Amino acid sequence: MSGFAPQFRPEQGEATPWTVLRPDGGLEPDRAATMTDEQLREACELMLFSRAFDEKGFSLQRQGRFGTFSPVRGQEASVVGAAFALDPARDWVVPQYRELPALLRQGLPLEQFMLTFLGDPRGGAAPEGVNVLPIQIGLAAQLPQAVGLAWGHALQGRDSVVAVFCGDGASSEGDFHEACNLAGTLRAPVVFVVQNNGWAISTPRARQSAAATLAGRAPGYGIPGALVDGNDLLAVHQVVADAVARARAGEGPTLVETLTYRLGDHNTADDASRYQPAEELEAWAPRDPISRVLTHLRTRELWDDAHDTAVRERIAARIDEAVRTVEAMEPPGVEHLFEHVTETLSSRLQGQRAELQAQVRTR
Amino acid sequence: MTRLNMLQAINTTLRGELARDERTLVLGQDVGRLGGVFRATDGLLDEFGPDRVVDMPLAEASIVGAAIGLAAAGLVPIAEMQFLGFSHQAFHQIGAQLARMRYRSQGRFPMPVVIRAPFGGGVRTPELHSEALEAQFVQSPGLSVVMPATPADAKGLLQTAVRSSDPVLFCEPLRGYRLVTGEVADGDAPVPFGKLRVARDGTDVTLVAWSAAVQVAEKAAEALAEEGISAAVVDLRTLVPLDEAGLADAVAATGRCVVVHEAPLSAGFGAEVVATVNDAAFYSLEAPVARVAAPDTPYPPGRIEDHFVPGVDRVVAAARATVKAA
Repeated sequence: MSGFAPQFRPEQGEATPWTVLRPDGGLEPDRAATMTDEQLREACELMLFSRAFDEKGFSLQRQGRFGTFSPVRGQEASVVGAAFALDPARDWVVPQYRELPALLRQGLPLEQFMLTFLGDPRGGAAPEGVNVLPIQIGLAAQLPQAVGLAWGHALQGRDSVVAVFCGDGASSEGDFHEACNLAGTLRAPVVFVVQNNGWAISTPRARQSAAATLAGRAPGYGIPGALVDGNDLLAVHQVVADAVARARAGEGPTLVETLTYRLGDHNTADDASRYQPAEELEAWAPRDPISRVLTHLRTRELWDDAHDTAVRERIAARIDEAVRTVEAMEPPGVEHLFEHVTETLSSRLQGQRAELQAQVRTR
Repeated sequence: MTRLNMLQAINTTLRGELARDERTLVLGQDVGRLGGVFRATDGLLDEFGPDRVVDMPLAEASIVGAAIGLAAAGLVPIAEMQFLGFSHQAFHQIGAQLARMRYRSQGRFPMPVVIRAPFGGGVRTPELHSEALEAQFVQSPGLSVVMPATPADAKGLLQTAVRSSDPVLFCEPLRGYRLVTGEVADGDAPVPFGKLRVARDGTDVTLVAWSAAVQVAEKAAEALAEEGISAAVVDLRTLVPLDEAGLADAVAATGRCVVVHEAPLSAGFGAEVVATVNDAAFYSLEAPVARVAAPDTPYPPGRIEDHFVPGVDRVVAAARATVKAA
């Protein structure tokens, strides 16, 4: 156990999120980074990648070349900090739909992610060895599944830890409570990362729950909870790394609430200007999770203009390559309706497939 | 062969499957120490231990959700819904998650999950314990819906279910748990899905049923025989996959058909049977296909449920009218 993460004790009135990296790029007194310089640079590049993909994705969506998707913008530290606390070779990520950089870090090809949001069934085909479950659209439905996955690994004597992501909106779902409760009783090696980004589409956090914090529910499930500054890469990394270490040591689950803010639209079909107060956005802007890390790295001379340019060019080239690849693919056909529904096709489904294929041919 | 009731057949099969494959585990409410409210899992905890026979928190969505995760981890979970009527609380995990995980993951995560769920009327249960909800699950592609009527099928179909890499909703007729007995093969005798069973031969009319309604249809056939009407009885066994060809043949052989089920009439699986017969055997029909089902009302309290669950008299009347139709 690294022992960094403060266990949240609501009875003592501690509701101050754990912070390591200040918005000005300096470290809080007496606190140190748990990431190496190289990890910090890698994490920063992944955050920049995510931000760049959000921008490209919005632009492509407006051109009709990409589907509806939910950006990570504003939550990069929350996702990347947690992802870097995992060992992709043995740990698993169970995502909702706003965790692209965590999936990339686990080894998911960007093309796969893009296919999913292009509405192509082949997007679900994560390669063997990439430890992720598919994107989840039904809020909180992946949480009990993550508990089962972690439990199953533990039963087989594997030392895998499962990190499962959801938002403040999903934390109101019955599945959230059932999963936390079950994980507690099983002492399952799972880390619940609740990204409290202030909004469930247009419903503000204040309308989501009367609880002062979401992490503060943890004692009710008999598990530790931690409240962390979700815009602070180092703080999220420390708290989740600590939770992963506890899980790996057989000490059970942890409920982590990352206090962050969604900078803009819920997805490409949303218009956050209808409900998100401009002054709130302004208030959060100086706490941007990426500029915070960049300032820190530049101060420590771990990042300079030349490196910045090289990184951004590399990112743009990779994204362009993925766009080219998916746009060059043959669109899925009728057969993709029927593949992978069941192990073998029933005679009824064979008949339905033949009928649809014949109709397509005569169109 | 050994003479067993439904529960004994299920208990024996679970024991056999747990012993056969160490990846299997049983999970649900009260399945451990108590052995299940009907004792279907009696003795399994002692034999296989608490990691293989697991008492779960009382939360249906997390039982099924956890089963999905266990399957993704490479295990073979056999989950119990205490009653099918409680499955509404897990319906999204079954219909929207379990059934489509293979498809969502393009084959990476097959779901060898069985959900056992007792259901059905005639035993004066409290509210929500008797509902026949099978038609709701038939609309969840990827899920097999299995409805055994006999102890032999309870064993054979359950063996197939546990060994299937696709998810199976395995509905058990609780009325028949102790009442219905029969010869059951010892050892391995898996019954394939999608093959109906001819429970009784006949030449004048074909009665189509599944689960506990099969016994009702068989009794109706006996009563009809006394009137000189020869009724065949077919037991569909599995609604998904459906034995369309077997159904068409069985109906074509008599030219007349009555479907019997416990669920409410409207959009019940009987409607699917009628549509299938229409597609596959219409020109052999001598009369419209009749349906005998529960009324479109909530499942009633015990003192009036015999008016709700189709009984022998209603089936006999429907068959008689069908045979007399021009």
